[in-house]
Amino acid sequence: MEANPAALPNSAAPRAGIRLPGVGTGIGRGYVVLYLSLIVLIPLAALVDESLSSGLGHFWDQVTTPQAIRSLKLTLGASLIVVAINAVFGTIIAWLLVRDEFPGKGAVNAIIDLPFALPTIVASLTLLALYGADSPFGVNIAFTRTAVVVALLFVTLPFVVRAVQPLLIEMDREMEEAAASLGASGFTIFRRIIFPNLLPGLAAGVALAFARALGEFGSVLIFAGGLPDTQVSSVFIRTQVESGNLPGAAAVSMVLLFASLLCLAAISLIQRWGSRHERSTGGGLVMPMAGEMPDDEKGADDELR
Amino acid sequence: MSSASARSHVGSGAVSRWSLRILGLGFLALLLAAPLVIIFTETFKDGISPPLDAITSENGLHALKLSLLMVAIAVPLNTIFGVVCAILLVRHKWKGNAVIDAVINLPFALSPIVIGLALYLLYSTNGGWFGPTLAEAGIEVLFSVPGMVLASIFVSLPFVVRETVPVLQEIGTEQEQAASTLGANGWQTFWRITLPSIRWGVAYGVVLTTARVLGEFGAVTIVSGSISGETETLPIFVQKQFDAFNEPGAYGASLLLALLALMTLLAMNLLKRKEDA
Repeated sequence: MEANPAALPNSAAPRAGIRLPGVGTGIGRGYVVLYLSLIVLIPLAALVDESLSSGLGHFWDQVTTPQAIRSLKLTLGASLIVVAINAVFGTIIAWLLVRDEFPGKGAVNAIIDLPFALPTIVASLTLLALYGADSPFGVNIAFTRTAVVVALLFVTLPFVVRAVQPLLIEMDREMEEAAASLGASGFTIFRRIIFPNLLPGLAAGVALAFARALGEFGSVLIFAGGLPDTQVSSVFIRTQVESGNLPGAAAVSMVLLFASLLCLAAISLIQRWGSRHERSTGGGLVMPMAGEMPDDEKGADDELR
Repeated sequence: MSSASARSHVGSGAVSRWSLRILGLGFLALLLAAPLVIIFTETFKDGISPPLDAITSENGLHALKLSLLMVAIAVPLNTIFGVVCAILLVRHKWKGNAVIDAVINLPFALSPIVIGLALYLLYSTNGGWFGPTLAEAGIEVLFSVPGMVLASIFVSLPFVVRETVPVLQEIGTEQEQAASTLGANGWQTFWRITLPSIRWGVAYGVVLTTARVLGEFGAVTIVSGSISGETETLPIFVQKQFDAFNEPGAYGASLLLALLALMTLLAMNLLKRKEDA
């Protein structure tokens, strides 16, 4: 409980706090709004403008070309598969890191964040060396749809682990002990007690991983290539930019932008739903890599009301 | 005592415990550990000189310098913005905060290619909103450093804000109030009380920002035009070397980036420990 910032009385009473210099005034707000506008909002507005510049009909034609549809289908399908696999393995890994003891646990915990730190293009190159024509394991999946899935598995691995881990740490074990003393099996305890408690974090982690998978570019590029069969949407967009079809690139980008907004909305809903439960949601958009840090945004939300 | 007994409940049987270990750790070994190992073995396959020559070639060094330049500009800008924005979100009620909060999360969820394209369209000299005007003033954004800096700032925007907000919430305002009661002005309170309390959170955000800027490929590649020796950062250099069938070059630069990634992980761990302490 003490880990939940929302529970701290002080953070809930910011009005009584001092006003730190500048930022509370118009200057501070103006700076933040201007920065966000220049960096994020105006470029995105230019994108929206370009995609709709020749009318909605033209926009629709660009989104529904056979190649665009194929890339969108692949992106969606691969992302769904990846998220499902990582939900399972992410939960297992989080469980091992919290409840199990084995030599090298610290190192394993540290390496989980590797996909956040390693440039995606380097990941792509090494995956090609590992699972390409010269594979030391004799597994050649380069330039196939399986390669797309493996690349996306790599980049999205930390999200679920880091979203579930803090919830497992916080979890009260008395209920599990009670269930066990009443004769519940390990699997029953997981299904009836642990899993429902992990669900908000798991859902938030999955939504973040899904958003990341939908837009991933670098890790797919070298390993899966840009063959018609393995072209995810982001790779498709780049080929359109290179061939000078900016309206086409902008139209498919709009689809990805819309999908990102949906994911963010979903995460926000999950957080609200999770914070209505007793425990904090864990994951969410406060980066899951913050690991054990309490990262419920409930405190901030309260202040907004 | 109680934790030990709870531990034995789930995965109680040695069989299920071991199968979970094999599944989880095996997955990690194949997906994370093996790539890390193979960067080293592939790089030094033909000895140390081919990768070294590639990195110290003119284009290699230029890419390294350009990557460091991106870090030198984007990281301080996003750090200052991140701290100011976090204070605004946590300490100052405003109805615009919800919108700011939502916009800050966007770079996490957006494809880097979409980010690159948005900047491309805005600064295109051929019909972009800003491009023609800036071109007349003699400022090139696209296919040159300013555009790449803008892309780097965009993709790494949220990290410092997101790491600072929870810490600010956690420390509360008691000490700040005490300081101001004792006559400290806003700046003194900020430098002496607030900043020291949030420093590890901010530092964690800075590490993540730096790693993201160093590794960014998609957004930068769209706006840079990837001109060898001019607008190549290290990740773009890796891709170009690979395309040119110069594997030692691609692996040499990759190894450099991988070492930076390992340093990032190390820094993240140290800072997490500082934060928890």
